[in-house]
Amino acid sequence: MKLKYFSAPYLVWMVVFILVPLVMIGYFAFTTDGGDFTIQNVSDVGQYANIFVRSIWLSLIATVICLVIAYPVAFILSRMDKHKQGTMLMIVMLPMWMNFLLRTYAWMTLLGNNGIINNILGAVGLGPFQMINTSGAVVLGMVYNYLPFMILPLYSVMVKIDKSLLEAASDLGCSSASTLFRVVVPLSMPGITSGITMVFVPAISTFIISRMLGGGSNLLIGDLIEMQFLGNAYNPHLGAAISLVLMVIILVIMTVMNQFDPDDQVLI
Amino acid sequence: MENIISLKDIILDFEDNSRVLKNISLDIKDKEFVTFLGPSGCGKTTTLRIIAGFLEPTSGDVFFDGQRINGVPPHKRNVNTVFQRYALFPHLNVYENIAFGLRVKKVPEKEILSRVGEVLELVNLKGFEKRSVHRLSGGQQQRVAIARALVNRPKVLLLDEPLGALDLKLRKEMQIELRRIQQELELTFVYVTHDQEEALTMSDSIVVMNNGYIQQIGTPTDIYNEPVNAFVADFIGESNIINGCMPEDCVVEFAGRRFECVDKGFDPNETVDVVIRPEDVQVIPAEKARLTGIVESVVFKGVHYEMIVDGVDHKWIIHSTKAEPVGTMIGMAFDPYDIHIMKKTPEVQE
Repeated sequence: MKLKYFSAPYLVWMVVFILVPLVMIGYFAFTTDGGDFTIQNVSDVGQYANIFVRSIWLSLIATVICLVIAYPVAFILSRMDKHKQGTMLMIVMLPMWMNFLLRTYAWMTLLGNNGIINNILGAVGLGPFQMINTSGAVVLGMVYNYLPFMILPLYSVMVKIDKSLLEAASDLGCSSASTLFRVVVPLSMPGITSGITMVFVPAISTFIISRMLGGGSNLLIGDLIEMQFLGNAYNPHLGAAISLVLMVIILVIMTVMNQFDPDDQVLI
Repeated sequence: MENIISLKDIILDFEDNSRVLKNISLDIKDKEFVTFLGPSGCGKTTTLRIIAGFLEPTSGDVFFDGQRINGVPPHKRNVNTVFQRYALFPHLNVYENIAFGLRVKKVPEKEILSRVGEVLELVNLKGFEKRSVHRLSGGQQQRVAIARALVNRPKVLLLDEPLGALDLKLRKEMQIELRRIQQELELTFVYVTHDQEEALTMSDSIVVMNNGYIQQIGTPTDIYNEPVNAFVADFIGESNIINGCMPEDCVVEFAGRRFECVDKGFDPNETVDVVIRPEDVQVIPAEKARLTGIVESVVFKGVHYEMIVDGVDHKWIIHSTKAEPVGTMIGMAFDPYDIHIMKKTPEVQE
């Protein structure tokens, strides 16, 4: 087939923009300034264990919140009339059409100590509350920005669940709750895993959200990496090592996640 | 026998205000095989879904075993459904699909094992326990769907066109098998189909529906031999339906001629529908006949030939074991008891 030559541009793309950078990260991570082999960089990553733990923890919380919010939304959406579904999906997608930075800036003005929320609360004699520069604000930013990425894969799996399956479950004695757990959840598992992936991965490596909403005390891995390349602490070797470790962590977590995918499940 | 299900004056409107069921009243006896028969859109599946509990009637009452069950959700009703396209759970294997209802009811594992084994035997699927449902043929999926419903030992099994997706041969086998299961387990089956032959083969009693009304309820023989109106006659088997009138008792006039018949009790000169089954038309030499026509087409149907004969203002369908050449003039005759006279109230509409 001549058609396969059409994939050549993509191959070139992959090599130039994916393979080469990966090799470079590996190279930088295991070399000194002089180009000699070392594992010093990788072992130095250990100093930042607390930042790793915080990043994983905050993005985990954000992912769970996204799942809890998105699951019922996606389910209700998937059971609506076909023509209503389109409109509702657009409303879900609408925030994504705005610039990411703008959206996050908006939260800064909302949550600030002299921000809109505190002003309104102040008018009724409450507060002011410290909302900006907390880990809560970081999680809020993550949830707000990445929620559509959870809703969409869930919705696209749920919309394929035939209504008659839900009726069959109910016919066989399931209440609404047990229909949910015995039929809807198992059948939407692929959507759950890909939704978690699509929220967790960008959340764990973000640096804008923590920078803008978390202040200095809520540094995440993304901020740490950014500082090694663009900040005062300039050290691309350490930056590469941190990126490498982050990649391995994500890889491990994703492998564990995929175990829940029913397609790989061994039949009883 | 007592009634297990009774529907009383059921009316159902859909959201767009169209009236789907327009006053359905019906009794289903215990251990009976009842078939709802009618063209698509007649309300037969809707009626079944009301019994199952997926739909609530706009007005009217549903009784199960003497108790009113309006508003009782499907999972609390002692009926199970075999769905049109089976609705097997794709994430479960054959065993788990069948065990589903028992698992929900927290039946002990040992009992589940023996009961699933029992129904698998009943539907001839022993050895398929661990098979994934994707790897079953249509007929096998159908059997799993039946087993999954039967394992719960419902009092009534509701079947929504369960054989619609199967090929003809398999469908005939399954018809006999379903009838056997129903008689073996002494269950009430409520069966929905648009296939009149299926209805005639399997049922104790047939409910013919059209336009949201029940047209006729009766045994297969009653419905076939004594259709109450032209719609039923036309829907159950093929029919010649001709306009006629009744000058006096036991005499009917159609196609400009008078014939002897066995019906009486009509007003003098009342206009009526005359129904004659294609197999009841006798072909006789044209010169001896009071009614003649020209053979338009002949189709071989296996057991018989189907001839279309152009008579006076009506094209006759005739089933006969002997074919006449196209273009010949033939005569037609009928025995008095083969002429069915129906009042000109074409369908139950009120």
